Amino acid sequence: MTDTPLAISLRGLTKTFGKVVANDHIDLDVRTGEILALLGENGSGKTTLMNMLSGTYQPDEGSIWIRGRRVNIRSPREAIDLGIGMIHQHFKLVDVFTARENILLGQKGRSAAPDEIVGRLQLSIDLNKKVYNMSVSEKQTVEIIKVISRGADILILDEPTAVLTPQEIDALFDLLRLMKQEGKAIVIITHKLEEVMAISDRVAVLHRGRNVGSVQTADADRFLLTEMMVGRQVGLSIQRAPMQAGNTILDIHQLKVLGPEGQPELQKVSFTLRAGEILGVAGVAGSGQRALCESIAGLQEIAGGSILLDGKRIDGLSPREIIKRGISMAFIPEDRLGMGLVGSMDIPDNLLLKTYRDQPGVLLRRKAAREEAQEMIDRLDIATPGLSTPVRKLSGGNVQKVLLGREINLSPRVLITAYPVRGLDIGASMTIYDMLNEQKQKGVGVLFIGEDLDVLLSLCDRIVVLSGGKVTAIVDSKFATKALLGMKMTGLATDKEDAYA
Amino acid sequence: MTFADQLIAFLYAAVLASVPLLYGTLGEILIEKSGNLNLGVEGMMYLGAITGFLASYLFGSPLIALAFSFLAGMAGAAIYAFITVTLKANQNVTGLTLTMFGTGVANFVGEVLKSTAPAGAVFMNEAVKAWLLPLNLGPLTQLPVVGKLLFNHSILTYLAIVTAVTLHLYLNHSSLGLNLRAVGENPAAADAMGVNVSRYKYIHILLGGGICGLGGAYISLVTALGNWQPDIVGGQGWIAMALVIFSSWSPLRAILGALVFGTLNVLHLYVPRDVVNIPGAFYSMLPFVVTALVLIFSSIRMKREHQQPAGCGVNYFREER
Repeated sequence: MTDTPLAISLRGLTKTFGKVVANDHIDLDVRTGEILALLGENGSGKTTLMNMLSGTYQPDEGSIWIRGRRVNIRSPREAIDLGIGMIHQHFKLVDVFTARENILLGQKGRSAAPDEIVGRLQLSIDLNKKVYNMSVSEKQTVEIIKVISRGADILILDEPTAVLTPQEIDALFDLLRLMKQEGKAIVIITHKLEEVMAISDRVAVLHRGRNVGSVQTADADRFLLTEMMVGRQVGLSIQRAPMQAGNTILDIHQLKVLGPEGQPELQKVSFTLRAGEILGVAGVAGSGQRALCESIAGLQEIAGGSILLDGKRIDGLSPREIIKRGISMAFIPEDRLGMGLVGSMDIPDNLLLKTYRDQPGVLLRRKAAREEAQEMIDRLDIATPGLSTPVRKLSGGNVQKVLLGREINLSPRVLITAYPVRGLDIGASMTIYDMLNEQKQKGVGVLFIGEDLDVLLSLCDRIVVLSGGKVTAIVDSKFATKALLGMKMTGLATDKEDAYA
Repeated sequence: MTFADQLIAFLYAAVLASVPLLYGTLGEILIEKSGNLNLGVEGMMYLGAITGFLASYLFGSPLIALAFSFLAGMAGAAIYAFITVTLKANQNVTGLTLTMFGTGVANFVGEVLKSTAPAGAVFMNEAVKAWLLPLNLGPLTQLPVVGKLLFNHSILTYLAIVTAVTLHLYLNHSSLGLNLRAVGENPAAADAMGVNVSRYKYIHILLGGGICGLGGAYISLVTALGNWQPDIVGGQGWIAMALVIFSSWSPLRAILGALVFGTLNVLHLYVPRDVVNIPGAFYSMLPFVVTALVLIFSSIRMKREHQQPAGCGVNYFREER
């Protein structure tokens, strides 16, 4: 393996954004015909490093060698000419174009034969479909065809599995193995250990902008990698705070919610949430989790049943009234910023969004919000260049901390949180779990809509299982097993869930 | 005059009035396709109007006059492009400023020219005037009805149609047009595919400005017959902005849109007083009322492909996170 030529060689690469050092003198080698996993926590500099290879960022220091030749990559065009193709986490596709148009973009009439690539790699995609009609995995396929059609033999994939279903991940990995056999060098950026073990030949670990070492995947184990990644040994098991069983705060009774086309999204959903407990909600994606959150928060009209807070009905009240009565929701959508935060505003202003109505007079008092924001930054260890930095410039984990931190600052009685650790690494996830446990011990009723069954089982006191908009089980997590939950969530999806859980 | 004659005269006048609108619309479509919203159409038309007028007066050559108009529109657009593409300043503010700048410069130069001219009036070179007069295409022009309506126009009218068709082919059927549309829709995607975003923006903002300049030349040389008046463009650049939306960014639909608005512009001259007797102000108001209606309806309907380029109005920074 060691005598295969180096496709990429990076020496002392450094990049800073303002005061934040994103990459600190990184050395990295990638061989041809290998899949290298670039592992690291959120904000450890993985994407920044690869963006310097794709010509999106310019390094401040250091050198890049491609196939033994020193290069300066000043633009994406030059990266393409060097055979480097990057598939960004946020796809760079023109929505109103077809797949074919997106692929032919920028090619100056050179024949790229997208059909031939589709045939060779046995991809299932309609090249004449408009991108805005495509699913996430179809869009990713277009991105892959794009880079291959440009003759890329160095492929960089940034968190390619973040938005895929388990089946789609399998298909993607098969495709990557096929391309590896064709002699391409592949870098896959990820923070999921299971994927590293499943697909890579070698793994390099970044921590706080530094390369802390690389190992052959065959010689690596999860604990070793985790230690390298977070820089300290973290327990993989989550602590469940002891429960002080309180009274019922929230009582959902025979809830029925209809979707935009009149199809039932929730039917006969009944459960209770007690003060001082974390109630988990398990279910495959699209089982009615969103409708549940939104109907409790007053964002979606209900078609039947009732929602009681302290024995009083709150369904039909305005969202603002519901917030006033102590229900807070932190919903993390796939794109994180889509719901709840204004990307171009800084942390203090985002805090004010929820509280400005409580201030007297017509002028905003920013001072208190700034202090509150500073306190939150310190307490939650939010990495930001400063108070006035727009939140869209923060990394995903930090954005999520702001989102959840803001809800907690309102001292809610019921905290609804959906996918709060989506896209986060272990360290950041742990911080979020600690925040939830802290709320629980304060007597807050926490409704935790989760994805990972292991997390649900170890964090929550009880778990409600949703399937097709109906409650199929309510279990005590001390006595529940993944197999049981999986079965209740329905067959096939459960097996896959386990495989990647 | 018979009713039929009157109708033909009316439609003919509508075509005349629609030409400058079409130039302005086509220029702005090209600019917006590159992802930049340029509110300076009115200003670029003014620059084209005064420069073409001045050049025809000084050099007496129609081609030089048109070239100067085109270049003047481009010069205005170049200021805009430098400020928005290179310096990445706000596009709306820059465009508005360009309109004020062009209006001011043109009116100032026009007044100076008039007040210093021998008899207090500036007359255009006869050769230029003759060249821009309606063409006589012999037997074609002699045809009843269609001869007058289709084959008896100024060369600038035909050039406008040719420009529209060329732009349509360029945008939708060439690889450069594909790249340009990508720059306007999603500059990051275009950039990642190796398209030079800034170069595309510059080239097409400048070309669009030049086309707007020709619209100005038409106003001063054809509509006004070489007789400079203050406020000569008179808001036609703004109507062209609305026409861009009316035509949903399609150069071919822009022809139709310009005709509709040209018709509205001349309507008051051809509706007999004894049939409909309303104050002239209502007629002058019509284009703006229709514009408002167009804006309302266009915000309701429309497929994704027929909307404003998604990147329009937002400056592109590659290193934006």
